[in-house]
Amino acid sequence: MESLYLLLPLSVLLVLALIGVFGWALNAGQFDDLEREGWRVLEDEHDNTSADARTAFDPDQA
Amino acid sequence: MTQSMPALSAPVYSDRVVRNFALAAVLWGVVGMLVGVVIAAQLTWPELNFGIPWLSYGRLRPLHTNAVIFAFGGSVLFASSYYVVQRTCQVRLFADKLAMFTFWGWQAVIVAAAISLPMGYTQGKEYAELEWPIDILITIVWVSYAVVFFGTLGIRKVRHIYVANWFFGAFILTVALLHLVNSAAIPAGFMKSYSAYAGVQDAMVQWWYGHNAVGFFLTAGFLGMMYYFIPKQAERPVYSYRLSIVHFWALIFTYMWAGPHHLHYTALPDWAQSVGMIFSLVLLAPSWGGMINGVMTLSGAWHKLRDDPILKFLIVSLSFYGMSTFEGPMMSIKTVNALSHYTDWTIGHVHSGALGWVGLISMGTLYYLVPRMFGQTKMYSVRAIELHFWVATVGIVLYIAAMWIAGVMQGLMWRAVNPDGTLVYSFVEGVKATFPFYVVRLVGGVLYLGGMLIMSWNVVKTALNGRMVSAPIPTAVMA
Repeated sequence: MESLYLLLPLSVLLVLALIGVFGWALNAGQFDDLEREGWRVLEDEHDNTSADARTAFDPDQA
Repeated sequence: MTQSMPALSAPVYSDRVVRNFALAAVLWGVVGMLVGVVIAAQLTWPELNFGIPWLSYGRLRPLHTNAVIFAFGGSVLFASSYYVVQRTCQVRLFADKLAMFTFWGWQAVIVAAAISLPMGYTQGKEYAELEWPIDILITIVWVSYAVVFFGTLGIRKVRHIYVANWFFGAFILTVALLHLVNSAAIPAGFMKSYSAYAGVQDAMVQWWYGHNAVGFFLTAGFLGMMYYFIPKQAERPVYSYRLSIVHFWALIFTYMWAGPHHLHYTALPDWAQSVGMIFSLVLLAPSWGGMINGVMTLSGAWHKLRDDPILKFLIVSLSFYGMSTFEGPMMSIKTVNALSHYTDWTIGHVHSGALGWVGLISMGTLYYLVPRMFGQTKMYSVRAIELHFWVATVGIVLYIAAMWIAGVMQGLMWRAVNPDGTLVYSFVEGVKATFPFYVVRLVGGVLYLGGMLIMSWNVVKTALNGRMVSAPIPTAVMA
């Protein structure tokens, strides 16, 4: 099962990397106010059909 | 606020690439499901191969899986991840032009697959059939995708990274790793290569890839959609944001080792099979946690499910997610697998996940995205969405019920032995007994394709009645 010599270290490294990312997220305050974050996505956009959506400069269309 | 006083230079989101991917998803959905219906008919009536090599089942089957997973599913993933990462970070995409490159690059991969697979070029690895030149193009497109996505996260204006982005990010990174390891091959000429691994090693690497492709390509990214589009469509925050974080980390830490359950009772060492089974069973917990979290988002507002066909798509997709993530761990138990493996039960299981979970949540997401990409608030016909939902759901139920019955029947027939130790049934008797279920499966597939055709009509009508606009980036809501 030589393939495990590749897959096992790979997954161990991956788990270590994940622990690192999780530690970063924890220290960076990503999980500080979770209730608030659930609500925020509901406020993240304008109505697409509002007046400014029609007149805003759009580099895609320019 | 710029809302009432629009400046000519008000910044807008990069929605063109989202729009392109959304439209491509509808097109490739129709193509991929049509090929699926053709091969379902070929399994029922093999004469439909017509003796033409490039129409034969063995070549069209990988075309079907590649088209629905990577062309349809992939396009929905690109569209939704680009849309969600911009909205939740409140910035334009990092490197716009690179994002457009991912669109054209991905379409080139799809066209190359659609040509090379019927011609018979294949690496012979399930869900990784494409030959090495196409694999290199996939790698370039995928690295660009990662640059655009993580670059956008890097320039975000909102400090918190919304949970959907964690799922999309994990999907992008893991798929890169899986693709690089599994597609490692020695080229032996143009469109011909040999795997870097041999024998059971190759099988182990292949199913490490194969199952994680299901877990990350077909699950993590679509869970990202679930965590954004269900709250948006229901106009309520996710039931428990805390649980969504736990869901993410639990899934990420446990997924990687479920692959060996694809190799039960093979040359793979017994202990590796058991490890695969145990990890598969453990996965039930985070999967159901996420499923319940998504469904309970509607808690206290269940009436919305009755009135809103888009929510029907999104929520029913989760019920299929719950069903297939229960069925999967059960099938990974070695004694159950002894009955189910190599039978059509597996096909039924895959399609309850593919048609029910991935398909329905993709359609719900597209019904949310498409009108917004064309300056509309809703699709041209809401009744057509409702019709699509019911046609698709009936199609799925027919499909998976037929395959369940066929699969258990096949498993029981294959293992039946006479007192003298000879087999009760020859293989072809099992094939004959399966015929009526293949017909029912074909009917289910035709219904599902029919729903997709209703959707494409609705999308074309919505596009023709709207105009292409890009939404402005709000400047007031920052944190």
